[in-house]
Amino acid sequence: MKSPHRGHLARSSSRLAAALVAASLLAVAGCSSSDDKASSDGTGGAQASAIDLVGFAVIQSAYDDLAEAFAETDQGEGVKVKGSFGASGAQSRAVIAGQDADLVALSLTPDVDNIVKEGLIAEDWNADENKGIVSDSVVVLAVRKGNPKNITGWDDIVAPGVGIVTADPGTSGAAKWNLLGAYTHGLGENEDKAAGEAFLAKFIGNVVSWNDSGRTATDAFVKGTGDVLISYENEAIAARAAGVELDYIVPETTFLIENPAAVTTSGSQAAKDFLEFIKSDEGQAIFIEHGFRSPSGVQPTEDVEGANDPSNPFPEATIWTVEGLGGWSVVNDELFDKETGLVAELRG
Amino acid sequence: MSLVAQVDRATPSAFGRGRRPGELTGGATLGLGVGVLWLGLLVLLPVAAIVSTAFEDGIAGFWDAVTDPEALAAIRFTVGAAALVTVVNAVVGTLIAWVLVRDRFPGKRILEVVIDIPFALPTIVAGLVLITLYGPSGPFGINLVGTQAGVVLALLFVTLPFVVRSVQPVLIDADREVEQAAASLGANGFTIFRRVILPTVTPAVVSGAALSFARALGEFGSVILISANLIGKTQVSSSYILKMIESQETVSAAAVATLLLVVAVVVLVVLDVLQRRTARRG
Repeated sequence: MKSPHRGHLARSSSRLAAALVAASLLAVAGCSSSDDKASSDGTGGAQASAIDLVGFAVIQSAYDDLAEAFAETDQGEGVKVKGSFGASGAQSRAVIAGQDADLVALSLTPDVDNIVKEGLIAEDWNADENKGIVSDSVVVLAVRKGNPKNITGWDDIVAPGVGIVTADPGTSGAAKWNLLGAYTHGLGENEDKAAGEAFLAKFIGNVVSWNDSGRTATDAFVKGTGDVLISYENEAIAARAAGVELDYIVPETTFLIENPAAVTTSGSQAAKDFLEFIKSDEGQAIFIEHGFRSPSGVQPTEDVEGANDPSNPFPEATIWTVEGLGGWSVVNDELFDKETGLVAELRG
Repeated sequence: MSLVAQVDRATPSAFGRGRRPGELTGGATLGLGVGVLWLGLLVLLPVAAIVSTAFEDGIAGFWDAVTDPEALAAIRFTVGAAALVTVVNAVVGTLIAWVLVRDRFPGKRILEVVIDIPFALPTIVAGLVLITLYGPSGPFGINLVGTQAGVVLALLFVTLPFVVRSVQPVLIDADREVEQAAASLGANGFTIFRRVILPTVTPAVVSGAALSFARALGEFGSVILISANLIGKTQVSSSYILKMIESQETVSAAAVATLLLVVAVVVLVVLDVLQRRTARRG
C-alpha cells in the first residue's frame, strides 16, 4: 500500500491545487457518466415521449397495466411511462424537492395539496366531477384464515383480547383511512362525537402494532402479530389473489378511500392524455381488475380474483367520506393534529 | 478472516516510514485533498444542513421539539437500549472473537460466515427474520413483539459483528509468547487476562463498541416490525423522526436528529479518550 509518488511537490499551494483539481475531475467524471445514462434512456427517437409518473407503492401493478393498455390506444402509441413508486408522503416531498414528474398518483388528497401549494400543480387540478380522484377503495378488516375470532365488524375488534394491527397515521398518511373508519363507525348515524371518541379510544387501546407503512403492517400480521389487520379492500383482494392466507370482512359501516392523480404544471400533453385514459371506462376497468372501486361508478364486468365473492366483489355498505366529515382540513385538525388532534390525545 | 488480518497488519506500519511527521508526499496530499472534499460533501454538508434546519425556529423551537414528551420518551429509550446493547456487545463480542481466534473446533469456518450475516442482510429482512423467530408464531413460543426486549434483541442482532470484527485481528496479531512468559513467571489465567490480554484488546473493543452504539442509535429497519412502535414504550427515535417528517414537522425531525447526533459524538469522543488512555497504559 505504499504510495508511488515519493517526490515532494514544490509549494503547498500547488499541492492543494493538485488535490482540488483531482477531486473536481472525479466529481465531473461522476456527473458526466450519470448524464450519459439519462440521455441514453431517452433514445427512442425524438418523437416518442415518456411520462414521468410518481406514484404511491400500492398502485404500481395497476399503473403498469394502465400504461400497457394506454400504449395500445391511438393517443398513447409509443408513449412510455417511467414510474417511480414509494410511500405517498415521501413521493409528494420528492416532487416538491424537484424530482421530474409529469403525473402524480398519490394515496390521499393532502399529499397532492402539498405539491399544489408549491405551485407545481395547478390549483384547479381537482375541478373535474370526481374531484381528481381516480380510484376508490374501502377500509376492511383482514383476519386469519377461517376467522378464528369470529369477527364480523368494528364492534368485535374492540372487545378485550383482540389485537389490532394497523399502519401508523403518523408515518403513513394512508393509515388515516383506518382510523377514520373506526372513528366514523363510532360516530354512528347521529354523528355523536363523544361516541366516536369513545370508540376510537377502545380501538387504539387494542392496537398491538403500529407500523410505518401499510406494507409492514401486513408483514407483521402475516407473521402472526395480532388478530385483525386494518387494511384496504384492494390490498386484501390483491393479497388473496397473490396467495396470502387471510380472510377479510367489509364492515357494515366503513370509510371511502380516495386516491387522487394529477398532471403537474410541467406535465406533457401525453401525461394529460394518460390521465384522461385512466379516468375513462377502459382505465377504470383496469383498476377494478386490481380490486379498486371506481369513483365514476364503472361496474365490474369480469370476476375479480381474490375478492370474497369474485362475481360480486364490492358489497354494499354504509360508506363515510372525508367530505361528509367536513373535508381534509377539518379532519386533519380534529383527528390528526400532532398536538391537539384526537388521535394524538388518545395515544398519549 | 485472513483478509482482515492482512489488512490490519499492512496499515499501521507500512505508511509514513522514513518521513518527518507533518510532512506529506505528493500522493498523500492528493489523497488528503480528495478525502477532505469527499467528507465535506458527503458528511459535513448534510450534517450542517440538518443542524441549521433544527434551529430554523430559534433555540426555543429546538428546545420545544426535543422536550416534547413523545420525543423525549423515544430518545431516552433509544439511547438506553443502544447503551445496553453496546455493553453486551463489548463482552460477548470479545468472547466470540476469542473463541474464533484461539480455539479449534468443527464448524469454525461456518461460524466465521454466520457472524457477518447481520451485516449482509438488508435491515428490513433482519426485521422479518426476527419477527418470524421471536414473534407470535415463532418456534420457541417467545413473543417479543411490542416489547422493549424485542427492540434490544433486534439491535443486538444488527450490531453483533462490530466488536467481533474489530477485536479478532488484534487477537490474531497478539504475541502469544508474552502470555506464555507471564504463565512461566507464575501468573494465573485471570492475571494473564487482566494484565496482558485486556490491555492489548481494549482499544479494539472500545472502537467496536463505539460503532455498535452509533449504529444502534440510528437503527430503523430491523426494529420497526418487532417494536410495534408503541408510543412511550417501544417507539425508537428514528421512527419518531420519520413520523415528524411525514407530518411536515421538519424542524422537529431535524431537532431530534441533531440531539442524537450530539449524543453520538459525545459517546464517540468519550470512548476515544478512553481508548487513548488504555492504549498509553498498555
